[in-house]
Amino acid sequence: MHEMAMAEGIMDIVKDYAEKNNAVKVHTISLLIGEMTGVVVDSLEFCFKALSKGTIAENAEIKLKNVPLVGHCNDCNWQGHIENYNFFCPHCKSGHMDIISGRELRVEYLEVD
Amino acid sequence: MEVSVMEDILGGNDKIAAENAQIFKNNNIFALNIIGSPGAGKTTLLEKTIGKLKKSLNMAIIEGDLFTSKDADRIASHEIPVIQINTSGGCHLDAAMVQKVLPQLNLAELDLVIIENVGNLVCPAEFNIGEDSKAAVLSITEGDDKPLKYPLIFKEAAVSILNKVDILPFTNFDMASAKNDITCLHPGIEIIETSCQQESGIDEWCKWLENAVKSKQNG
Ligand SMILES: Nc1nc2c(ncn2[C@@H]2O[C@H](COP(=O)(O)OP(=O)(O)O)[C@@H](O)[C@H]2O)c(=O)[nH]1
Ligand SMILES: [Mg+2]
Ligand SMILES: [Zn+2]
Repeated sequence: MHEMAMAEGIMDIVKDYAEKNNAVKVHTISLLIGEMTGVVVDSLEFCFKALSKGTIAENAEIKLKNVPLVGHCNDCNWQGHIENYNFFCPHCKSGHMDIISGRELRVEYLEVD
Repeated sequence: MEVSVMEDILGGNDKIAAENAQIFKNNNIFALNIIGSPGAGKTTLLEKTIGKLKKSLNMAIIEGDLFTSKDADRIASHEIPVIQINTSGGCHLDAAMVQKVLPQLNLAELDLVIIENVGNLVCPAEFNIGEDSKAAVLSITEGDDKPLKYPLIFKEAAVSILNKVDILPFTNFDMASAKNDITCLHPGIEIIETSCQQESGIDEWCKWLENAVKSKQNG
């Protein structure tokens, strides 16, 4: 249940940015969630609901954007979606693959008043 | 109005983890974060490791546990420094919990700190605690499908230990398939087969650890 720790992280960021922007109400919180992360979305929403009660972000809508797992081969420059978590390059079989995206756990933007 | 943010949700933890990493570096310590399901054999492996390495390396153990000090008591019987962190139900250690207990260790004297995380293959993989490397322990009874079911920990780990190979004959665990999945997930990962019961593979594992300590200390 690390979703509670994540919800706390989101709350800290939301409070910080709301304050910086003199917001009185947070309507929307947009999150980027990578394909290769272990997040149970329902549980995250549940935790955030509980945490945000009585705060500026109470009843804020959480928007989730899933970010696909994309790799880049350092040997042949192939870039594309990683299938079945196989990090060997489908083009040249090299194992020197960097993760370009898919590990995000990030607050992208807020809608505030 | 829309406010652009682009901040990592676990950024607060990452910051403290970086401080811990600096503390380990300043003290010339290799720190290992050992992760696996409850019962995979993490504590048993540590006990075997201590037996082999405590003469040649100054080591200390940090034990993460939900509520009890059972594992810490087992380690303490081997007469090396051990610290217990109870997460009170929390499913993982975080960097702040580790930072809080570090002053209890005589860091200047240590070469190796091993942190046994809370038994769980999912949550601890997302939380860096300032370690140099993660080790993933998977036991044969858990099944050969687990690497692809819990890919993140095998991607994050520098070394994967397949423990309890002594009971392979009594299971349908397909060793070749498990190793292939782990290697596809993480090309170049070190995979070590162990049986803590028959003490096989322990030497190879200890060699890996000694080399890791050595390369850290030689910069
Ligand atoms: N057969 C067998 N049992 C083992 C092995 N390693 C550990 N065990 C047993 O597995 C159980 C759980 O071990 P423990 O070290 O407490 O697991 P942890 O929860 O990961 O720390 C204990 O009863 C150990 O004796 C092994 O290599 N072979
Ligand atoms: Mg244990
Ligand atoms: Zn390639």
